Amino acid sequence: MLTLIIVFGVLLVLGILYFIFRIGNLVSLVKGKEDEETSWNSINAYLFLFFMIGSLGAFFWYSYATFDGYNLPVASEHGEVTDYLFWLTMAVTVVAFTIIFIVMFWFTFKYRYEKGKKAEFFADDHKLEIAWTVVPAIVLALLIFSGLRAWNDITDEASKDAAVIEVIGQQFLWTARYPGKDNLLGHHNYKMIDASNEFGLDLSNENSWDDFKSLELHLPKGKEVKLMIRAKDVLHSVFLPHFRVKMDAVPGMHTTFKFIATKSTAEMRSETGNPNFNYEMACAEICGKGHFSMRFPVFVHDSVEDYENWLKSQDAWLKQNPDYLKQVPAEKREAAIVKAGIPADSKEAIQQAPAVTLN
Amino acid sequence: MATIDIHPQTSTHHHDDHAHEHEHHHGNFWTNYVFSEDHKVIAKQFLITGMAWALIGGILSVLFRLQLGFPDADLSWLKPILGGWLTPEGKIDPEFYLALVTMHGTIMVFFVLTAGLSGTFSNFLIPLQIGARDMASGFMNMLSYWFFFVSSVIMFTSLFISTGPASGGWVIYPPLSALPQAMQGSGLGMTLWLVAMAIFIASSLLGSINYITTVINMRTQGMSFTRLPLTIWAFFFTAIIGVLSFPVLFAAALLLIFDRSFGTSFYLSDIYIGGEALPNQGGSPILFQHLFWFLGHPEVYIVLLPALGITSEIIATNSRKPIFGYKAMVGSMLFIAILSFVVWAHHMFVTGMNPFLGSIFTLLTLIIAVPSAVKIFNYVTTLWKGNIRFTAAMLFSIGLVSFFLTGGITGIFLGNSAIDIQLHDTYFVVAHFHLVMGSASFFGMVAGVYHWFPKMFGRMMDERLGYIHFWLTFLGVYLVFFPMHYIGIAGFPRRYYSWTNFETFSGFADLNMLVSAAAILTLSAQFIFLFNFIYSIFRGKAASANPWNSTTLEWTTPRNPGHGNWPGEIPTVYRWPYDYSKPGAKEDFIPQHIPYSETPESNLPHENELIKLELNNGSIDVEKNKH
Repeated sequence: MLTLIIVFGVLLVLGILYFIFRIGNLVSLVKGKEDEETSWNSINAYLFLFFMIGSLGAFFWYSYATFDGYNLPVASEHGEVTDYLFWLTMAVTVVAFTIIFIVMFWFTFKYRYEKGKKAEFFADDHKLEIAWTVVPAIVLALLIFSGLRAWNDITDEASKDAAVIEVIGQQFLWTARYPGKDNLLGHHNYKMIDASNEFGLDLSNENSWDDFKSLELHLPKGKEVKLMIRAKDVLHSVFLPHFRVKMDAVPGMHTTFKFIATKSTAEMRSETGNPNFNYEMACAEICGKGHFSMRFPVFVHDSVEDYENWLKSQDAWLKQNPDYLKQVPAEKREAAIVKAGIPADSKEAIQQAPAVTLN
Repeated sequence: MATIDIHPQTSTHHHDDHAHEHEHHHGNFWTNYVFSEDHKVIAKQFLITGMAWALIGGILSVLFRLQLGFPDADLSWLKPILGGWLTPEGKIDPEFYLALVTMHGTIMVFFVLTAGLSGTFSNFLIPLQIGARDMASGFMNMLSYWFFFVSSVIMFTSLFISTGPASGGWVIYPPLSALPQAMQGSGLGMTLWLVAMAIFIASSLLGSINYITTVINMRTQGMSFTRLPLTIWAFFFTAIIGVLSFPVLFAAALLLIFDRSFGTSFYLSDIYIGGEALPNQGGSPILFQHLFWFLGHPEVYIVLLPALGITSEIIATNSRKPIFGYKAMVGSMLFIAILSFVVWAHHMFVTGMNPFLGSIFTLLTLIIAVPSAVKIFNYVTTLWKGNIRFTAAMLFSIGLVSFFLTGGITGIFLGNSAIDIQLHDTYFVVAHFHLVMGSASFFGMVAGVYHWFPKMFGRMMDERLGYIHFWLTFLGVYLVFFPMHYIGIAGFPRRYYSWTNFETFSGFADLNMLVSAAAILTLSAQFIFLFNFIYSIFRGKAASANPWNSTTLEWTTPRNPGHGNWPGEIPTVYRWPYDYSKPGAKEDFIPQHIPYSETPESNLPHENELIKLELNNGSIDVEKNKH
């Protein structure tokens, strides 16, 4: 396949070369050597004209014909706004682009060299120059202000009852941590990370007892979500293409992004007509060898209740790793057992375990 | 020599010429061609090194395009070159893919479009166009090249070490670039990258300081700032930007070296990697990004302004018209140069930077579109009612304007922080900067080579091969980068080895194949240029002193100007550089050194006033020469 394409490419190049030389030779034969330069000049001028028509034609045709192929469906509230801004900017710029593109290549064609012609000595025109400084400035100002308003809304503080979800990037996978019933994420400390305690949960903090881990990002539909983003090792970037969400994960700091999903996975499946459709999260900041493989499945529940039912069905991390009760200060252990929902029969054994203090 | 050179307007010149010629004839191979202090030789050294780098950078890009366009292809036939970097199935290793991307970026941005472009044309044109015998300091100029050479050798060596060259992206964001345990390329490869760049920065500063000094101090009589060709204005602004921004990259690199080797925590904090929690705390990766982009964004204009300057000159010459709005052109370059320092954080809207800064930088970034638009309008108006000769240089200049338009307009999307959320680090960005900065600057550089080749080597390049080279490259570049807009709007992230892990990014195999095929075509077309270049140096048609009927001073030198440029007196300048097709004039161009007193038929009313001053100046000159 590849060999074929390479051979084809080489043949194409050689063919074009031969063709152009042949035309050149024929033209110079007909016109005589003196006019050869002028003929080449005309060939180039015509080629620019053809290029202008052909490329604009291809641009408009492809953009129209394959619109559904490159236009990703949007599934978040702010995404509707940024998409609107995107297409508004597209409309403005495509109009400007098309006009300038046509005018420029028309000029190159129209004013090609002619023997004995003299160019116009036209060095400046202040009215013209002021006009084309002021007009783009005004148009840009409008675009800037509509963009800034959207940006300020998007980056504003999340509301207090937003669902908080922590997303953690590491080479080369994502994990999510949900805050449990208290809707508060427990403290973490990177020095407490070990093979089981991937989050570096600080179990002396009571908020951490009911936190749970998920290998899939579950989101409610129609409820604000606040993503708390961090990274363990190098930079990563949370990218949720359908939700128009992107924010870097930075070791040593928390970044956040708030948004409201507007379409559940089921709705998107029927909208796209693809029963296997799934939302996905990707990494958008180079992070090493496996950068391209950091897929994190995303599921949007049909309703907030549905989402909350899912939350309830999940086991706290501490319940799954009861050994770590040792890290809970002895006097708080009873409370931790209750909060993590650890069944009564395993309580006894753990209660007897000696207290362990971290070094 | 240097002491004499800093007095350009004295009668010692005549005496000086003998010294120059003396050296020119009796210098040995080493002083004439290797450790030369002649700005023209140094320019050629930069050009040829830059071309070698461009070829390497281009080949690297085709290698990773093979992976992206033909992911199933068996590349075992590349085994002799790539060896262990191919997987047993004949695929490019994912980590080596990142190394290719990183080195392609580094090489193209710094070694080709900074050193190759500014190094060649600032060196070659500044003394010739302002009427100087050489640079302010020939020795510093020579050092500038040899620092660049050493830097090149180190960077080139890093391609061949067993752990591979730097692989964390050309922006080398820590912690990835700081931790050898994060990826192989962050080991020795990164160390060599940092050392090479530190030396590169020294080279760039030596060059820039020289350019600035020369432009300010060594203009010939009558060459006021308002009579400078736009090329010189562009090189002048570029050098100033370089002097102000490159030291910041040096600082960023130095702190990174400390973090890597001496246990500091400027950029590192709370890291757990390879089963171990690192002791570093309190650093910020965002700090590095600020420092990097404080150079990184002005760097865009370091790369672009010289190309725009070259294009202004070529478009005016070949339209046989004055450049439209000379003052607006200078003004917009000045404005761009200033603004280039206050827009850097538009690369960082979604990196965790304070969103309020995002608003400020959106505002400042979009302002920069205004002077850029003015430049495009001025180019187009220069073509209007011209008498356009399509030399190869002119074709590439028109190509540049076309790319500058196509790629510049997408900047309006990316500079708007709200829209950038989705587009950041997707192929939309790749399309944008490759057109507006990469291809546009590259076209400026190639246009410059075609245009000034006769003055560099005394021979003409073959124009027909130039046309073919242009059309293949022009179409090729559009076919490579235009489809990337669609891929980017669809959300495809940059620096992905493969997209098959994601349903969302499963399409566009056809476009990616087209892009890769076009990349191969574009690279192949460069060999036509390479052939033309080498062939013409030795066998090209002999050039006349002023083959393009151009007005600027370099064309008043002999066919092969020696060290010192003009065999006799340096010409005095009497007029601006764009007197093309002046009404009433006998020819369609009046060179800068022709006094108004000799062209009464074409003078504008205010120019007749200037004749008196000319006579005065003239007599002063005569007086001086008698001593």
